[in-house]
Amino acid sequence: MTSPLVEAPLFRVGPVPVDGSVVTSFGITAALGVGSFLLTRRLSLVPSGKQAALEALVSTIDDQVREVVEGDPTPFTPLIGTLFIYLVAANCIEVVPLLHSPTARLETTMALALIVFLSVYFYGIRANGFGGYMKHFIEPTPLLAPIHVLSEITRTFALMMRLLGNIMSHGLVLAIVVSLAGLFVPIPIMAFGLFVGLVQAYIFATLAAVYVAAAVESEQHAQGKALR
Amino acid sequence: MTIQSWSILGAVIAVCFGAIGPAFAEGRAIASAMEAIARQPEAGGTISRTLFVGLAMIEAIAIYCLVIALVLLFANPFVH
Repeated sequence: MTSPLVEAPLFRVGPVPVDGSVVTSFGITAALGVGSFLLTRRLSLVPSGKQAALEALVSTIDDQVREVVEGDPTPFTPLIGTLFIYLVAANCIEVVPLLHSPTARLETTMALALIVFLSVYFYGIRANGFGGYMKHFIEPTPLLAPIHVLSEITRTFALMMRLLGNIMSHGLVLAIVVSLAGLFVPIPIMAFGLFVGLVQAYIFATLAAVYVAAAVESEQHAQGKALR
Repeated sequence: MTIQSWSILGAVIAVCFGAIGPAFAEGRAIASAMEAIARQPEAGGTISRTLFVGLAMIEAIAIYCLVIALVLLFANPFVH
């Protein structure tokens, strides 16, 4: 059995090896980017069918973000919405024959978790200033600073591993079922995989929103919130 | 027994016993959330969002065990 943590490179660009998940990931990004560009090219005040569907999607994400950040969702929706839509596409692309989820690879989820990690600092410093944001490390007492640093690292690690573990282990389970039992038995499990992909995309986006919101909001607000 | 056999045994034990605790915890969390939604259906949105985030936190424990199992099987530092 080959390791699920390494993948043979498809081809090389100079010294950089490129494997299948990178190609899939770039393909999804290009498809989503071109699709969004084409859909938002001729916006009108009286929406057509396509624009109405798009507005419904965006305003749903807006509402979800508003409930988490308890304020204006406008600065956060681009990040959270992009993460959600990309993850839905990346988790569910497994059902297309010959394609594999890029999120079943350590590198992709690590990159996404790093994006969230850095955006927490970006939004926190933009909202509270550098000193104001860094002050939360020594609150309520400087003794707790190591715990804060540890929690920053472990929650990013958990974000990475949760997505990877769910998507990759689902692929492994599917492979075992296919090798045990025939043609039609894996189909319900594949359908369940679509559900798992959607739920994981939702959880990743919600957790990113919770982390960013916790970095932005003021101290007395943050203490009332258990989810750090 | 060779170190490979011990690694496979360790991976099995990690996943088996590591899944028990999170399974009970998720069951309790979902049961309480359903009770809360049944009592107060209008708070369903907030409760289910908090439930999802909490489930993700609980699930992380099981995922850590999976990571240890995978490291033992595929990236074992003691096997060259």
